[in-house]
Amino acid sequence: MLAPSLVILVVFVLYPLGQAIWLGQARCDAQGENCVSNGWDQYVDVARSEEFQHALWVTVKFALITVPVGVALGIGLAVLADKYLRGVGVFRTIFSSTVATGVAVASLMWLFLLQPDVGVLSNVGWISDLFPVLKSPGLLRDPGTALVSVAATSIWANLGFTFILITAGLQGIPRDVHEAAVVDGAGGIRRFWSVTLPLLGPTLIFVVIVLTARAFQAYGEIDLLTDGGPRPQNSTTTLTYLTYGTNSIINNNDGLQAAVAVLLFLVMLVVSLLQLAAVSRRVHYA
Amino acid sequence: MAGDPTTMYDAPSGWRAVGRYGLLVVVSVIVLFPIYTTVIAALKPGNKVLQNPLVPDAFTLDILREAWSDGHFGRYMLNSFVVTIVVTVAVILTSVLSGYAFAILEFPGRNLLFAAFLATLLVPVEATLVVNRRTVDSLGWLNSYQGLTVPFLATAFGTFLIRQVFLTLPRDLRDAAAIDGVGHLGFLRQVAVPLVRPTIAAMAALAFLATWNMYLWPNLITTDADYYTLQSGLRSLAQGNLDKPNLVMAGVIIAFLPIVVVLLVFQRHLVRGLLAGGVKG
Repeated sequence: MLAPSLVILVVFVLYPLGQAIWLGQARCDAQGENCVSNGWDQYVDVARSEEFQHALWVTVKFALITVPVGVALGIGLAVLADKYLRGVGVFRTIFSSTVATGVAVASLMWLFLLQPDVGVLSNVGWISDLFPVLKSPGLLRDPGTALVSVAATSIWANLGFTFILITAGLQGIPRDVHEAAVVDGAGGIRRFWSVTLPLLGPTLIFVVIVLTARAFQAYGEIDLLTDGGPRPQNSTTTLTYLTYGTNSIINNNDGLQAAVAVLLFLVMLVVSLLQLAAVSRRVHYA
Repeated sequence: MAGDPTTMYDAPSGWRAVGRYGLLVVVSVIVLFPIYTTVIAALKPGNKVLQNPLVPDAFTLDILREAWSDGHFGRYMLNSFVVTIVVTVAVILTSVLSGYAFAILEFPGRNLLFAAFLATLLVPVEATLVVNRRTVDSLGWLNSYQGLTVPFLATAFGTFLIRQVFLTLPRDLRDAAAIDGVGHLGFLRQVAVPLVRPTIAAMAALAFLATWNMYLWPNLITTDADYYTLQSGLRSLAQGNLDKPNLVMAGVIIAFLPIVVVLLVFQRHLVRGLLAGGVKG
């Protein structure tokens, strides 16, 4: 009974991880064959390289934008649509809707919004007059705004997911807790900070962990919106893009790709452990 | 939500209700804006698409037709459905079997093996795809359904989810069935699976969404448009037709609609699946 799962996990998760660890210290020819060991210090060289450190920094910035903003917007929408109102179901469906957009759909919708030549915003006169950067060079082509624009796309694409989870979390808060707070004279804002937010704790932790993992794995939006550019700054070359991107400098070099992939795994592992440590110290509600 | 009591603290009335509706509408417009502009563009002929991109002042279905036939989106949609359904069904089967093994069967090394299963959850797919591409290549599976599906036919997460719910089944159930001479597979089919159907549905909804939206892997192993999924098809359409935004947006609509329908039908299951564990989209 275990055999089918076991075979798949060994062949397509454990073996490739082990093999990637070995490959990360090897050099292969352009066809990815005849790989020979290049010594384990290849990992050190990669980790110290300007390209890796730049990509790591871009990845961290991307996570530092998408996670807090994504969580805050998710809480905002969930609280906004939580009140007992006629027709609130319609708004909940609307706020959940982006869960249906895969990364390609979401990214191309935003590409069409932001693209400087054939995009929506740059072709609406008053908007492009107000924000000339939309037309020249374009938000996705300006090194100062490219990463934020990609992050906005990512936040929007994840918003439905975040909203659904936080809404479910809100419904798990017993009504009598709120009523007790009202009896004690707590106003809406006070109740939000003293009742809603602490009792949402476990949900928010889960959302933060998932959104962080997604930020470190983000690929499609970067591939479609900026291709890791604008260059030469490589403003949106994250670790995942550095590993797999079509225009990454290590494209077609299996050894270096494996090295970056393994280091990405280690970075994500460290981030997860830090999050777990923070959680076990702070939270006692779950 | 139907059935919620209207209590004194959470039913705004008068101007407060108006204000809240106003806010809900404004936020809805912002959230839906990218979808709105996409629909408008997909339904406009090419010469109109960049004039008044916010206003639906022209209408044609030709662009959707062009994306479907000339853009091969019919083929991509077929591929996406084949891959997604194969993976979803297989994940259900493999997870039920291994989840059952870990929950009900007793064999030496069970807990150690289960811990090893769980440990694979820590490995992001990005760390394995470099080698998986080599494996799939050496099997001759580049540009094939095997390459698109086989690496994903089982997941540790599915195994974990099903094991947890099988553990809640009373031990007596299995014992009674064993006394009646029912084997493990018979017990699974007739008793265990029907009892945990909601969990299986939640897992299936998650697997469907995750597979449908898979982006990086299909791009790594397909170069032949006959094996493009909607995601890789969209990528190639977007890269080749930047001068025809309405055609690209028509492709986006074609890729978007089926998943909207599936989600509306399976919404409940998906929400429960998301609560159990956020597989990336």
